[in-house]
Amino acid sequence: MSETQKPVEEMSFEEAIRELETVVGQLERGDVALEQSIALYERGAKLKTRCETKLAEAEEKVAKITLDASGQPQGTAPLEG
Amino acid sequence: MDLFEDEAPKGGDNAHEFSVSEISGAVKKTVEGAFGHVRVRGELGRVTHHRSGHVYLDLKDERASLSGVIWRGSASKMETRPEEGMEVIATGRLTTFQGQSKYQMVIESLVPAGAGALMAMLEKRRKMLEGEGLFDPARKRPIPWLPEVIGVVTSPTGAVIRDILHRLRDRFPRKVLVWPVAVQGPNCAPDVTRAIRGFNALSVGGALPRPDLIIVARGGGSIEDLWGFNEESVVRAAAESAIPLISAVGHETDTTLIDHASDRRAPTPTAAAEIAVPVRAELAADIAQMGARLGQLQRYAMDRRGERLRDLSRGLPRSDALLQGPRQRLDDLDRRLPGALRAAIAAKRLALSEHPLRPALAAVPVARARDRVERAAATLPGAFRGGIAQRRLALSQHSLRPAGLSERLRQERRHAERVAGRLTPELVTDRLRRLSERLAALDRLRETLSHRATLERGFAVVRAGGTVVTDRASAAAAAELEIEFKDGRLTVGQGGGGSEPPAAPAPKAPRRKPASKPEQPDLF
Repeated sequence: MSETQKPVEEMSFEEAIRELETVVGQLERGDVALEQSIALYERGAKLKTRCETKLAEAEEKVAKITLDASGQPQGTAPLEG
Repeated sequence: MDLFEDEAPKGGDNAHEFSVSEISGAVKKTVEGAFGHVRVRGELGRVTHHRSGHVYLDLKDERASLSGVIWRGSASKMETRPEEGMEVIATGRLTTFQGQSKYQMVIESLVPAGAGALMAMLEKRRKMLEGEGLFDPARKRPIPWLPEVIGVVTSPTGAVIRDILHRLRDRFPRKVLVWPVAVQGPNCAPDVTRAIRGFNALSVGGALPRPDLIIVARGGGSIEDLWGFNEESVVRAAAESAIPLISAVGHETDTTLIDHASDRRAPTPTAAAEIAVPVRAELAADIAQMGARLGQLQRYAMDRRGERLRDLSRGLPRSDALLQGPRQRLDDLDRRLPGALRAAIAAKRLALSEHPLRPALAAVPVARARDRVERAAATLPGAFRGGIAQRRLALSQHSLRPAGLSERLRQERRHAERVAGRLTPELVTDRLRRLSERLAALDRLRETLSHRATLERGFAVVRAGGTVVTDRASAAAAAELEIEFKDGRLTVGQGGGGSEPPAAPAPKAPRRKPASKPEQPDLF
């Protein structure tokens, strides 16, 4: 698993939380070597920060697509209503 | 011709000029006259039971719709209660509603006519599309767990989009792109089809963000209101959408064909928003909890390892205890070492003294040889002179010319005297001495290599018929064995007793050869 580790900073929220779950699970099983458990803990902390950042990014943006005469999208406009 | 054509409109001017009421009245008279009693087969569309007791409804087929009314009196007498979607045969008359330029059917009786034709058509279409595999569960894409951008295909006004946005905001605010469409009427199906395809046509990273989830939504309505979502083009667009699509059309009980083709059907638009995103607050709580567990687990892992280390170190013996035994052994050996060394030297010295080097042994033959040499040396000059005298005598007998001979003789004599002068006993005695020394050295070596020393230590040599016996098999095969100890040999018969044979042969054997050379016992 750790061979193909994607940098935490590039992870989507979903990827980060999935790996965080995996990390916690591995530590819970308690069968990891000491050095690895420290590495896992550090990665877990990073993943948690990433998740929190992504959660904090949650913002609402609503736009309506404007269409031209032939029904093709032209751009966006604020949605009134 | 031009003239006539130009005049034609003018001709119209000459036609009777109706007032609106007049024409309405004329139409009414015509309609009521021509359709005073009709039977119409169709499917019931929207049915409204007014609280006055009158029932307003639509009769329809694929292309047309006819408004109808059942007056209270007729409605109360009817055996079947009119319901939407019901295929019926209505009997009554047509009339017009002059005030609104509308016409309608006044229905006097209503009988069911089997399964709704519209529904039958819908079912036929559903089967066809299903046959093409458009509803195959294997086609369905998983709904993203947390989409970044959600595309909503619906009316930009009205409750539906508000419900969706409201629920999204509650759960997890996201970017939402609304593609406005007509959600009923003739434009509905083409609009929705274009919207689904349009969202799919957006490129990732383009001016308009490409949604990673599409919601096609509409509020509840009659079957004909929702009809657009049964249209083939819409169903195909939904099935082909590369972006996962949630359909939320009508209420929970309404099922349209897009619901079969979508990746997920939501019973309501609000439910679609719930399927679309997880609840942010719950996620935050989950993450906080996982963070806390992470810390706990790490501390626990450290504590547990520390504990184990302490346990193990308790079990480890103390270092001085560990070294006690070996140290004691070392001390013991240290104490014994000097004594052992001395004992070893004494033993060696003893062994050495048991093998004395006797130069006298060599001295005897050397002395004898020296005697012989000295004797030979003593006689040599005399013999030489005797030889000369003999020759002189022989010479004198030959009576040669003495002068020449005597001269020669003088020369010979001088020569002989020179040779005799060089001949000394040392020539021989030196060589003898060297030989004697070498002999002594060889003898020492021989003694060292001799098995006799081994015999001295208590070992014995066993022979059979003159051959040394080194294994049990050979010993068993021999008739009798001769055993050599340090002090002599003993012959032992192979009878039963072992040491029975008389001691007589024992001394005989060693005596056979050593008789001539007592100092050199035979090795074999």
